[in-house]
Amino acid sequence: MSDLTLHAGAPGAALTAREYHLAHDPHPENGTSLGFWLYLMSDCLIFAALFATYGVLGRSYAAGPSGADLFDLKLVAINTAFLLLSSITFGFAMLRKQLNDVKGTLLWLAVTGLFGLCFLALELYEFHHLIEQGAGPQRSAFLSAFFTLVGTHGLHVTFGLVWLVVLMIQIGQRGLIHENQRRLMCLSMFWHFLDVVWIGVFTFVYLMGVL
Amino acid sequence: MMHEPILLWTFIAVTLGGLAVLGLLTRYRLWGPLWRDWFCSIDHKKIGIMYMVLGIVMLLRGFADAVMMRLQQSMAFGDSMGYLPPHHYDQIFTAHGVIMIFFVAMPMVTGLMNYLVPLQIGARDVAFPFLNNFSFWMTTAGGVLVMVSLFLGEFSTSGWLALSNLGAQDPGVGLDYYIWSLQIAGVGTTLSGINLIVTIVKMRAPGMSLMKMPVFTWTSLCTNALIVASFPVLTAALVLMTLDRYVGTNFFTNDLGGNAMLYVNLIWIWGHPEVYILILPCFGIFSEVVATYCGKRLFGYTSMVYATVVITILSYIVWLHHFFTMGSGASVNAFFGITTMIISIPTGAKIFNWLFTMYKGRIRFELPMMWTVAFMVTFAIGGMTGVLLAVPPADFVLHNSLFLIAHFHNVIIGGVLFGLFAGMNYWFPKAFGFKLDRTWGLRSFWLWVVGFYVAFMPLYVLGLMGVTRRANHFEDTSLQIWFQVAAFGAFLIALGIACFLIQIGVSILKREQLRDHTGDPWQGRTLEWATSSPPPDYNFAFTPVVHEIDAWWDMKKHGYRRPLTGFQAIHMPANTAAGVVISAISLVLGFALIWHMWLLAAVCFAGLLLSAIVHTFNYQRDFHIPAEEVAATENARTQLLASHV
Repeated sequence: MSDLTLHAGAPGAALTAREYHLAHDPHPENGTSLGFWLYLMSDCLIFAALFATYGVLGRSYAAGPSGADLFDLKLVAINTAFLLLSSITFGFAMLRKQLNDVKGTLLWLAVTGLFGLCFLALELYEFHHLIEQGAGPQRSAFLSAFFTLVGTHGLHVTFGLVWLVVLMIQIGQRGLIHENQRRLMCLSMFWHFLDVVWIGVFTFVYLMGVL
Repeated sequence: MMHEPILLWTFIAVTLGGLAVLGLLTRYRLWGPLWRDWFCSIDHKKIGIMYMVLGIVMLLRGFADAVMMRLQQSMAFGDSMGYLPPHHYDQIFTAHGVIMIFFVAMPMVTGLMNYLVPLQIGARDVAFPFLNNFSFWMTTAGGVLVMVSLFLGEFSTSGWLALSNLGAQDPGVGLDYYIWSLQIAGVGTTLSGINLIVTIVKMRAPGMSLMKMPVFTWTSLCTNALIVASFPVLTAALVLMTLDRYVGTNFFTNDLGGNAMLYVNLIWIWGHPEVYILILPCFGIFSEVVATYCGKRLFGYTSMVYATVVITILSYIVWLHHFFTMGSGASVNAFFGITTMIISIPTGAKIFNWLFTMYKGRIRFELPMMWTVAFMVTFAIGGMTGVLLAVPPADFVLHNSLFLIAHFHNVIIGGVLFGLFAGMNYWFPKAFGFKLDRTWGLRSFWLWVVGFYVAFMPLYVLGLMGVTRRANHFEDTSLQIWFQVAAFGAFLIALGIACFLIQIGVSILKREQLRDHTGDPWQGRTLEWATSSPPPDYNFAFTPVVHEIDAWWDMKKHGYRRPLTGFQAIHMPANTAAGVVISAISLVLGFALIWHMWLLAAVCFAGLLLSAIVHTFNYQRDFHIPAEEVAATENARTQLLASHV
C-alpha cells in the first residue's frame, strides 16, 4: 500500500485521523487460480462419489466376471504410462511458456495432446473389448461402477483435449498474452489433476481389482 | 391434458398471463432495455434482483401445489376420494418440494448473497461476473424445465429426492424432468458457489480481515463452501440414476448387484448440507437485522462466527439421520443421532447471541425485526422437534410421518422463509431507493406467522397419531378436522402471500412517500449502507478502507464525510449475451434428453460446446467508466443529499 496515497476521509473529524478511502483502486489479486482450484475440488468430489460407489458395488459381480477375470494389467500399464508422460510433457510446455517461447510451448502441447489421444484410444479399445466379451456396463453392478468411474475420467480427458486444441489455436493467434498464460495455467492444473485421479483409478480399480 | 380440467385451466391461465406480459413488453417497447440492461447484465446487483424475481414467481407455483395438497387432504376421507387422482397428487407433492427448495429458497438465498456480499465487502462486483450471469440463467433454465413438465408430459411422482421407483423401473418422463432440471440448475448453483467464495476470499476491502467481515458475509462464505462441497455429490448421484434409466446400468436396481440404499446415502450426503445451505445465510440476515434495529453491535461476534463454522462442518456428518430405519445397526444410528443433537449447541448459541443483542438494546420493531422475533420463537420449536427426531428409537416411530413434515416446515418456513422476508424488507430500500410499505407488510407478517402455526401444528398432532406423509386418501374420518384446520392455515398463508405482493405494488405506487435519499434508512452498520440507494453500477466511487467490524458504523462514529473530488475512471466488466445463449441451449438439450430426441440432443450438445468455445475467443470483457461519469453520478448524489438535509 506504500505507493498509494490515502485520501483524507474526514477533515472535520477530531476523533482520529483514520483513512476511509483509497485514492486509487486497489488491484486485488486475480481470483482465477483460487476459483479454478475450487472447481477442481468440486470435480474431485464427483470422483470421490464415484470411487465410493465403486467401493460399495465393486465386488457385486452378480455371478458375472470379476476384475481378475477381465483386467489386462499390461494394457493398463501402457495406458498409465501414456498419461503420466503427458503430464511431464505438459510440464515442458509450461517451462517453454515461462521462456515466452510460443513455438516450443505449442510443440510440447501437441505432444501432450498426442499422449492424451493414445490414452483415450487404448481406453476405448479396452471398453470395446470388454463389451464384446459380454462384460458391458449392464452386466453387473461392479461393471456399472467400473465403466462409470473409468469412463468419467475418460470424458474428462476428452474435454481436456478439446480445451487443449482450442487453447493452442488461441496461443497461435494471440501469442502468450496474459489471458492465455492464465488459461494455460488452468489447463495445466486440470491435466495434472486428471493424472492424480488416474493414479487412484489405477490403484483402487485395476491393481486391487486383480488381487 | 384435455381430460385433466385442472391442468387445462392452469394452462389457459398461464398462456393468457404470459401473452399479457409479452404484449405489455411489446406495447411499451421494453424488449430492448430488458435484454440489454437485465438479461445480459453481469452486474451482481441486477443478477441478485433477477434471482429474487425468479424465487418469488416460483413461490407462487410451489404454493399453488401446497394449496392443492391441503385441499385434497381435507376432502378425501371415507367415501370421498377428493378431487386429485393419486398419480396427479404424487406429482404435486414432488413438484412442491422440488420447487420450494431448488427454485424458491435457493434462488432467493443466492439472490440476497449476490446482491449484498460485494457491497458488504466494499467490492465492485463478484470475482467472475460473467459466470454469475451464466449461473443465474442455468438456474432459471432448470426452473423453466420444471414448469414445462406441467404441460408437456408429467412430473416425477417419487418425492423431492426421488427416493422411490428408481432407475429403470419408472417408465414415465417425470423422473427425467426431475433429473435434467436439477442437473442444469445444479451447474449454476455450483459455479455461483465457487464465484462467491473467491469473491469473499480475494476481494474484501483493505483492512477487512476475516474477523471483521459482516456476519452475513461470513454465513455466505460458509454456505458457499457447503454448496461447492455438496452439490457435486448430487450431480454424481443423479448421473448414476440417469445411467440406470438411459443405459441400463445396475447401480440402484434390485437385481444384478444394485443397491438402492446407495442412492439414499448419496442423495442425503448432499441433502443434509443443503438445508444448512439454506438456513446459514438466513442466520446471517437475522444477525444483521438484530444488530441494526437494536442499535448495538452484535453480541458475541466471534462466537457467532465459530458457531457458523461448526455448523458447516457438522452438517456433513449427520446425513444418516434421514434414514435411521435403513437398518445400519445401533452403533451407527447412535453416532448419527449424537452428531445431530450436537448441532443444536452452536445453533442454540446463536439464538442466545441474538437475545443478548436485544437485551438492553433500543429495539425498533420495524418489519425485519418482527420477522426476526417470529423466527426465534418458531425456529426454537422446530429445533426442539428436530432434536426429538434425532433420537433413533423415537425416529422409528415418527419416520415418514406428518410429524416429520411439520418439523421441517417448522424450520424451513420459520427459519429460511422468515429470514428471506426479514432480508427483503431490510434491504429492499437499498436495492430500489424506497422502503416497503409497513401496513401491508404487517398484514403479510401476521397472516404468515399465524397461518404457519394453524397449518402445521395439526400435522404434529397427526404425526404423533401415526399418520404417514404423502397419502392422498384417509379411511379414518375422525382425523378430518385436523386436516381442515391445516387447510385453513394454508388459506391464511395464501392471504399472507397476497399481502406481500400487494405490499410491493403499494410501495411502488407510494414510492415518493417511502423514498430514502440517504442510502442509510435504518441507521445501518455495514458497508452496503455507505453507498447510495440504489448503488451506482460501480458500488463505491472509492474503495473503502475498513478498521472495525461494523465498518459503516465506525465511519459514521468518526464523522466520516463523502469525498467530493478526485474521482477516477473505474474498471468494470462488460455485459454479454453468452450466459443466456448457453443456458438456452442447455434447456433445449435437457428437453431433448427427456423425450429421447437424440438428434436434437446431439445438435444441442454440439451447439453448447461450440458456443462455449466461441465465448472463449472473446477477449474484450471489460471497459472503463470514465472519471467524468463517476464525478457526475457522485455530484448528483451530493446535491440530492444537500437538498434533503
